[in-house]
Amino acid sequence: MNTVLALSGVVVKELYRRKDFYVLLVLTALITLLLGSVQFFHDDKIIRYLKEIALLLIWISGLVIAVGTTARQIPAERENRTIFPLLAKPVTRAQVVIGKFAGCWFASGLALIVFYVFFGIVVGSRENHWPFGNYLQAFWLQWSMLAIVIGLVLLGSIVFAAPSSNATICLVCIIGILLLGKHLNTIALQQPKPLGTIVYTLYFLIPHLEWYDVRELVEFDQPLIPWAYCGLASLYAAAYTSMLLFATWFMFRRKALNV
Amino acid sequence: MKNGPAYLLLMLLVTACFSLATIVQPRADRWSQRGQDSVLKVLLGDGRRLFANHFFTKADIYFHSGYYPSIFDTAQPQRENHLASHEEEHDAHDDHEKEADFLGRPKDWVERFGRHFMITKHTHLENGNEREILPWLKLSAELDPQLIDTYTVAAYWLANRMHRIREAEDFLREGLRANPNSYEILFSLGRIYYENEHDAARARNVWELGLRRWNEQEPGKKEPDKLALEELTVNLARLEENEGNLDKAIAYLEMAKKVSPAPQNLEQQIHELKQKVAAHHPAA
Repeated sequence: MNTVLALSGVVVKELYRRKDFYVLLVLTALITLLLGSVQFFHDDKIIRYLKEIALLLIWISGLVIAVGTTARQIPAERENRTIFPLLAKPVTRAQVVIGKFAGCWFASGLALIVFYVFFGIVVGSRENHWPFGNYLQAFWLQWSMLAIVIGLVLLGSIVFAAPSSNATICLVCIIGILLLGKHLNTIALQQPKPLGTIVYTLYFLIPHLEWYDVRELVEFDQPLIPWAYCGLASLYAAAYTSMLLFATWFMFRRKALNV
Repeated sequence: MKNGPAYLLLMLLVTACFSLATIVQPRADRWSQRGQDSVLKVLLGDGRRLFANHFFTKADIYFHSGYYPSIFDTAQPQRENHLASHEEEHDAHDDHEKEADFLGRPKDWVERFGRHFMITKHTHLENGNEREILPWLKLSAELDPQLIDTYTVAAYWLANRMHRIREAEDFLREGLRANPNSYEILFSLGRIYYENEHDAARARNVWELGLRRWNEQEPGKKEPDKLALEELTVNLARLEENEGNLDKAIAYLEMAKKVSPAPQNLEQQIHELKQKVAAHHPAA
């Protein structure tokens, strides 16, 4: 456990030493504040467009941080040959995989906390209304989704040759699932038999990341999601993440470490 | 003195920049027809109309508090924007409710579970929250000033639901500057003058102008906008009746009767007005 925590600590330190997070935070803050300063029809109570844009920026930033940080972890260790002294210590490959995952996940969580605190302050100051429960659910579900994303990118970093190709392919898949994932069953039912079955199978196989996108519920001041369903969604994310981490370890176990 | 050539070069560059600016500026102005178009228009060109339509739909999505079908949820193409059909809202209420049940029963457990994380209840914005649709309408108008519905819809919500008459009028005036021949905008403007500002003279002027614009543009068309003509003439008739000009009111109702889908109702009104005229001029 200590080994895993030590490995993850390095990744978290990497987050605040690199510029990515600060650039994304400043950009999000700048765009949000700039749009917040615009008045439509002299009405300063209009807020939902701001919530929508700020949450969209948080989602984009969260994905970029998670994918960007994760994609370079194992390839960078191999390229710099630091993987050899790391594994020469009593550290197993499974611990490396779990440590890297935990580090990336904690780093993404820290970044999300900063983003959501900013979001809460900006929206709360305009709305004079603080739905902490909704923000907590939105944060937790997004963070749970990022666990699956990080697991997927970690697996990709073993499969694909370069971090850039891994990040690009993973982002395309993730955005594809977010946009089309929930509609695949409808599409499948409209297809002729063999194709329809394939699409429906794909629908059940993919991780349903769109469940975790509850931005609309926050934007339109909807009531809280029952916590039991949040728990079930977290279990679903945990199951997919475990499966992806197992696959990563399974492939990394036999992987030659020479570049 | 050692820096002399550098300063000279700097001066030369500054002069060159200034000269270039005087040459480029008039050409840059010509990119836009009137030399005062927004950066968005210059950058996006005609592609901005797509975004304008998207933002207009976005306003409708907001009006339904996010409960809105995607292109996958409905096999039929998206019908008229619900914001635009606000005037027939009571008649169309039942149809709208049926249409709103686009989700249907969940097809599998994934969909059933996923519905806990999305908006599944059909509600409309109310209690002043209608204001939330305005940024998208404003943005839509910025991107495509020729999208007439944006102005009329925004003005309707501003004037009738939010009681912001001045803003509604200003926005319609903005629309009229971009679309000087629009009888729809003139009709909406007249309605604000008549119903909100109770200024019958100004309302009459803009409605009559609207009627002229309609007559200039629509009669030659294969499918003229009969609804707009009916709205203009019926409202003009109502105005003239209230102002005591019964003959004019009858004339407008006669015009409306020709294009109305329910002429018998108008015939009844004409009959009543004729009786009033007869009562005022018994000798005739």
